[in-house]
Amino acid sequence: MSGLKDAGHLFRFAGLFVLAFLVFLVVRAYVVPKSFGEYGHYRGAAIGEIAAHPVKFAGRQTCETCHTDIADIKAKGAHAHVNCEACHGALAAHADDPMSVTPVKPDSAVLCARCHTASAAKPASFPQVDPAEHSGGAPCVTCHNPHSPIIGSDFTANAAKGGAK
Amino acid sequence: MSGVEGYMYPNEVTLYWSVLIVLYPFITGLVAGAFILASLERVFRVEAVKPTYRLALLTALAFLLVAPLPLILHLGHPFRSPEMYFTPHSTSAMAMFGYVYMWYLMAVLVFEIWLDYRREIVLWSQQSKGLMRTIYKIMALGSSNIGERSLHIDDKVGWIVTLIGIPSAFLLHGYVGFIFGSLKANPWWSSPLMPVVFIFSAMVSGIAAVMLLYMAVTKLRKQAIDMRCVDTIAMYMFYIFIIDFSLEMLDLVHRVYEADESFRTLNFMVHTKLYFSQIVLQIFVGTLVPLILLFITQMVKLPEIARKRIYVLSGSLILISVFAMRWNVVIGGQLFSKSFIGYTTYKMALVTREGLLVAIGLTILPLFFLWALVKLLPPWPDKDLHEAAAGD
Ligand code: HEC
Ligand code: HEC
Ligand code: HEC
Ligand code: HEC
Repeated sequence: MSGLKDAGHLFRFAGLFVLAFLVFLVVRAYVVPKSFGEYGHYRGAAIGEIAAHPVKFAGRQTCETCHTDIADIKAKGAHAHVNCEACHGALAAHADDPMSVTPVKPDSAVLCARCHTASAAKPASFPQVDPAEHSGGAPCVTCHNPHSPIIGSDFTANAAKGGAK
Repeated sequence: MSGVEGYMYPNEVTLYWSVLIVLYPFITGLVAGAFILASLERVFRVEAVKPTYRLALLTALAFLLVAPLPLILHLGHPFRSPEMYFTPHSTSAMAMFGYVYMWYLMAVLVFEIWLDYRREIVLWSQQSKGLMRTIYKIMALGSSNIGERSLHIDDKVGWIVTLIGIPSAFLLHGYVGFIFGSLKANPWWSSPLMPVVFIFSAMVSGIAAVMLLYMAVTKLRKQAIDMRCVDTIAMYMFYIFIIDFSLEMLDLVHRVYEADESFRTLNFMVHTKLYFSQIVLQIFVGTLVPLILLFITQMVKLPEIARKRIYVLSGSLILISVFAMRWNVVIGGQLFSKSFIGYTTYKMALVTREGLLVAIGLTILPLFFLWALVKLLPPWPDKDLHEAAAGD
């Protein structure tokens, strides 16, 4: 009994720990979101919130329903597999209401270099240039048609080829 | 690209782990080392080092309080850091470390310091005045039982806490080595020896730091340095340093002999980018010189003043060496490309959030904490208190 009394201060210290732990539990119950851990180590409700974001990309098929001319050119060119919005950016707002939302034309000197600047990390088979050397600062579209970039395979040539098939 | 030689993958060009991440293992290492020194007296009954016992505990606490700051500064978002505790992520070593830290801080260090100081805290709470009196009263937790039996219980419990504290200190610092050692993607880090090397270098640096602090504080207080104590500390420092050095050499020999596909790259790096920090600073100036100096003190009976100077010099060199080791691990591991055909450069900023000034500030900050702790809990015997206690 007296042994317990002489260890009384230890119980006080332990009590402090228990108290701190209880405070922790209370704060935790308060700050951890309700849906946390529902599916995994994240907030379950986040999925719904993200799904509710407005759609920003319209998708290639949507663009092609109106811009059939460009879609035709592009389908036969080297960029056939590059999506419209990979170059033009997210344009769902424009696709929904083309008259009031007019997209800006991309600056090809910046845009093309983003994919085609030579780098050892790219597969050797991918067409690469050193932009400064190759174009001397001129916008790439002065020589290349962005929708069918191989020079000489322009609109008419492509159309003719397509028609012959 | 500036600073890049050969080929780097785009995500390797800039270093993400800055000088603050170098500082972090250095600081936790000092904590673990200081605690091990304290446990020498407590558990292994090395009576000679007793004058540094309390100072070592307070040093460990001061540095432990600063230890998370480099990480928080590096990550940003300080308000998110408690979430590590609120939503524990059991498969992340980094996340679980929050608990190791809290355990070590509260259950080991604070508890042990409280137990050890309890008699004084109670006496101070009776004899000091004003604000200090209130602070001591709170710290005494409303219990003023300092009878012989209760102090005896404190001593027993304190012993157990220290005993638990030793593996905890190893865990605390072994974790840091573990984080690096378990990164299999990086051949510079991935080595099971990493935690062991980290722990031993931590012990050496912590012991050196406490020894230097003890000598400095004693000088400032215009007291005589207890040479028996400093001699014993230096001896332990010497022995542990030999083990540490042997382990690092073992790691090196193993790498050289194994010579896996990364070896040529790493070897080249050590001879170029890391030449100064690894070969010159860490190995020659920071390891071989203090080892030789300490060896001399063990072999030849030198006069006191010469021993003191040697201890101060080798203690400082050891701290530099251990810091250089952390630097070489953290920065070195990010300088080469995983393609093994390129190297980048670390450019340390000066006044950014992770710059040099912040790093210097974080190195000095623990000393302020220590100063405050020493003011609150003087680690040396309080003569006035003794008389009062005897009068009780
Ligand atoms: C509902 C039909 C429609 C859809 C769908 C549509 N557009 Fe348009 N687009 C238009 C019209 C009409 C214009 C001309 C508007 C104007 O000049 O103000 C236009 C203009 C543009 C322009 C600017 C042309 C210029 O001369 O500056 C670009 C670029 C463009 N669209 C790209 C896209 C892309 C990319 C998509 C797919 C995300 C897309 N459009 C989807 C009808 C559409
Ligand atoms: C490789 C990048 C790229 C892709 C892919 C691309 N565009 Fe373009 N597009 C451009 C650039 C660059 C311009 C601006 C040309 C200029 O400055 O004259 C442009 C211009 C336009 C224009 C303006 C009219 C014109 O001919 O100048 C329209 C409309 C357009 N694109 C629609 C589309 C549609 C629809 C698609 C998908 C079928 C698409 N683009 C795919 C790069 C691209
Ligand atoms: C989103 C990335 C991307 C952008 C932006 C882009 N391209 Fe391309 N480009 C490609 C891909 C993918 C190919 C097809 C490569 C293949 O066939 O392997 C290609 C092919 C080409 C080719 C054909 C090379 C050959 O000889 O086969 C040329 C020329 C070209 N692009 C020029 C341009 C120009 C000019 C621009 C700017 C208007 C541009 N590219 C923008 C991805 C891009
Ligand atoms: C002065 C006209 C001109 C300009 C401006 C120009 N190009 Fe070209 N580009 C050419 C010609 C001509 C070819 C085809 C010659 C060849 O195949 O080597 C070519 C070929 C290419 C190729 C294919 C290279 C290969 O290895 O298959 C790419 C990619 C390319 N250009 C990208 C660009 C980009 C990106 C820009 C803008 C920075 C640009 N070009 C600007 C004239 C130009």
